[in-house]
Formats: sequence, structure tokens, C-alpha cells
Amino acid sequence: MINTYEVLETNRMIAEENLDVRTITMGISLLDCADSDPDALCGKIYRKVTEKAARLVSVGEAIAHEYGIPIVNKRISVTPIALVGAAACKTPEDFVRVAETLDRAAKQVGVNFLGGFSAIVSKGMTPADERLIRAIPEALARTEYVCSSVNVGSTRTGIDMDAVRLMGETVKETALLTADRDSIGCAKLVVFCNAPDDNPFMAGAFHGVTEGDTVIHVGVSGPGVVKAALTQAHGLGFEDLCETVKKTAFKITRVGQLVAKEASERLGVPFGIIDLSLAPTPAIGDSVADILKEMGLEQPGAPGTTAALALLNDQVKKGGIMASSSVGGLSGAFIPVSEDRGMIEAAECGALTLEKLEAMTCVCSVGLDMIAIPGDTEASSIAGIIADEMAIGMINQKTTAVRVIPAAGKKVGDRVSFGGLLGYAPVMAVNRFSCGEFIARKGRIPAPVHSFKN
Amino acid sequence: MKKAIITVVGKDAVGIIARVCTYLSAQHVNILDISQTITGGYFNMMMVIDLTESLVSFSALQEGLSAEGAEIGVIVHCQLEDIFTKMHRI
Repeated sequence: MINTYEVLETNRMIAEENLDVRTITMGISLLDCADSDPDALCGKIYRKVTEKAARLVSVGEAIAHEYGIPIVNKRISVTPIALVGAAACKTPEDFVRVAETLDRAAKQVGVNFLGGFSAIVSKGMTPADERLIRAIPEALARTEYVCSSVNVGSTRTGIDMDAVRLMGETVKETALLTADRDSIGCAKLVVFCNAPDDNPFMAGAFHGVTEGDTVIHVGVSGPGVVKAALTQAHGLGFEDLCETVKKTAFKITRVGQLVAKEASERLGVPFGIIDLSLAPTPAIGDSVADILKEMGLEQPGAPGTTAALALLNDQVKKGGIMASSSVGGLSGAFIPVSEDRGMIEAAECGALTLEKLEAMTCVCSVGLDMIAIPGDTEASSIAGIIADEMAIGMINQKTTAVRVIPAAGKKVGDRVSFGGLLGYAPVMAVNRFSCGEFIARKGRIPAPVHSFKN
Repeated sequence: MKKAIITVVGKDAVGIIARVCTYLSAQHVNILDISQTITGGYFNMMMVIDLTESLVSFSALQEGLSAEGAEIGVIVHCQLEDIFTKMHRI
């Protein structure tokens, strides 16, 4: 039987170390909503989302209450809308209407984000894909809950540089259209390489076409718990350090697995995957940066950061995989800047630069995340940042992503503030030299060689 | 058998266990195990209960217990046992 020490340990993790289940995300396929009439399409989408997810929030809250574990977010991911709306949406404005429908459905069922205003264009864009991408700035400006993502490359296909160029412009326009709210639209827009079909985390969640009709994915978290465990590991060798992270990740993930199974059973929806991610929040003690400091770095960004992060990421996976029946999504440590108090501090004191963050993304999920850059950054430079990150994903067979915010009217040293889980961030410097001619080239970067790995 | 864990934390006083047990008995909830310690004047109790015969829903029991606790100045939590067994047992 369970003993007092174990009960107290669990409850301490929850009460003092911010242990929570970060999200229960219901994936809903909208493929059967496709129609050639935009009104009919919107009607079918609204009905399907509100019917399937009607009980999602109440079931999530009941589980949280009964087990005493906070479940922070209840969310929905849907089939990439570029596919669902391809027949009906003849203009970008038609796609914006679909986004508004999704927004109303999300509001109706009480979730705090809905992802899937997306296009998968890793090899090329269909006219519908392009229309959706051109609709993104307006869609994100006019909606509150909708998140958007575009997959512009993969290890198998290479990188569609036409899409990269278009996304550079799209990110910039999204920032301008939400300039009155610190360009918050860009916080809901992710550009991916190798995007997973089953990611439960926003803003990049969508319900891939490889998935079933509806599915429940769970994203666990708990950087605070790992950090607290590591305070006991000062001065110990790497073997003990790894063992501590692994054991802690196991415990955290078991809670996620329990919640996922319960939610799946109560909602009558199949369980999909657990996403083993250390997802920070701006709350004190809920920081991945603090884990790196606990390992022995003065600040994230210091020499040794990439190695420390690689270790952390790998041990989290090793511990978590055994604790779950099925792992997927992004699974790794997240290093968003604005959503992690320790990362914000490191960026503010100059320890962390865009270039070091890029290096860090080579060894962890998921990419350049929630980074504010000057509002006057050229669209081609944003496309260049995207292309660099996509190349890292393509060559290393991993998911990478870019979620940068070219904060309209802001310059290096200013601060943007989004509130809530999205946090706040200092505006970071971008290399001032141009990549305009490179980005202006048409076509794609071909798929890489899958042998001769060096 | 559906089991839950009750934890009671607070300043020590006369009759804490009696109060919690009386409430549970009234709801037909059987107590399977109790352990308690007092450190620095602070009362710390853990109780394993069987919910099978409970007259009230689990959420009503949770609310009832925290209300009882509030009256005598201690914090009472009641959670389904699985969260602890899943985390600490392979």
C-alpha cells in the first residue's frame, strides 16, 4: 500500500513545484465536413466540433478535481483547414470565415485554444494552401482562440522555399495586423519542419490525416519538479544527474498517462499519445532555464548550454517513454523565451542570443519559440530565420519550428507583453546583414541524402 | 474496490481524527488504513478509504471533508488513490 512519504511527495510536487498536466487536446477530423459551398462547410465544421468536444472541458475539470492534479488547458486540434476548405474556399476571405467559425465553436465548448488553421506544404503549395496562408494574418487578427501552423519542409521532401518566403511575409503582416496588441497574432502562428500529426501543444497542434476521427492526446509538463529534484543532485556525477532526471520524468509522465486514460474512457474517445514535454510557464519555479542553472550553468546561453539541454532532453524521453503506453507529439524540453521566466532573464541580461537559441534547437524540441524581434526586421530576414531552422530539422530528422514575433513599432531592448501563459519577452537583436537575394530565389531545397551522416 | 487517499494537515488540536472519522462513518465510507505524525506542533495524517459503499458522490465527499476541515482549522484533501500508485509503483 502507498505510504505517507509517497503521498506527501506527490502533493508537494503539485502544490509547490507546479506539477500539472499541461493540456488535454482532443483531435477532431474535419475531413468529413468538406463541401463545395462555404456556408455548408462552416455549418458542418461548427456542428462537428461542438458535438465532439461538448464534454471535453467538464470532463477535464472533473478529473482534475478527483485526482487533485491541475489540468491547465483543454484544447482542440482539427484537420489542416487547407485540406478541409480546399473545395469551398475560393478566396482568402473564405478561409477567414472558416477561422471565425472555428473561433465560435471553440468559444462555445469553452476551450482556450483551437489549432489547425494549417497547411502542409513541405514539397509544394496547392492554390488552396496558398489561399489559406494568405488568409492567416486576417484570420489571426479577427479570432481569439484559433492557432495556425504551416509545415514548409520535411526530411523526406526538402524545404519549399516559396512557402518559406511567403511565411516571412505572412509573419510580418500578422504582426502588423495585431500591432495594437503587441503583435500577439504571431504568438499563435508556427512554421514547422517535420511537424508531427499528433502534437497536443499550441500553437502548432493540428489533427493530421493519419489520425482517426477523434482522439485524445495529453501533454505533460513539470519543469519545476525536475528542478526541485536536481537541487538534491549538486556535486554529483553525470550518471546520478541523468538518473534523477529520468526518475522524475517517469513520475510526471505516469500522471499524464493516468489522466489520458481517464479522459479517453470518460469521453469515449480513443487515447492517442502522451507528449513528454517539459513545458515552462512564466510562473516562478516553472522554468526549463532554471533546470539548466541547477545543472551548473550561470545562465542559459553560457558555454555548455547545448550539452546540458541535450542531456536533459534525452533523459526526459528515456524516463517518460517507459511510463507511457504511447509517446508522440513533440516530446522534449521546450525553450520558449517569453513563456519561461529564466529564459526572459537570460535574454535580458545578454546571456542568450538568437544564434545560441538556434544552436539549442538542434538538440531539443521544438525550435525558435516565442522570440520577440524588432518590428522593422525585413520579411526576407524572417524568412531566412525560418529557412535556417527548417534546415536544422530537415538534416537532423527532427521537428523544428519558428514562432517569432516581429513586434510592430518595437526595437531591441523594448518589451512585449502578451499576458497569461504566453508571457512577456524582451525584443532580441537579429543579425543585420541581408539574405534578400538568397530568399528571393524560387523553388525548393531538395531532400537531403539519407546516408553519409556527418 | 475504489480507493481514495485523505490527507489532513494543520495545527494539532483535540479531536481531528474523531471529526474526520465521524464524518466518514456517516457517509458509509470504510477506513482501510490510518497513519499520522506530529512534527513541530503540526498534525499530518494520511488515511486510505474504500469508497465502494459511500452514500454520496466522490465530489460531494471531497467538499464535505474540506468543509469539516475548515471548521476545525485543518486542510483536508481527498484524492483518488490512482494518482499515487501510478506515480510510485511500477
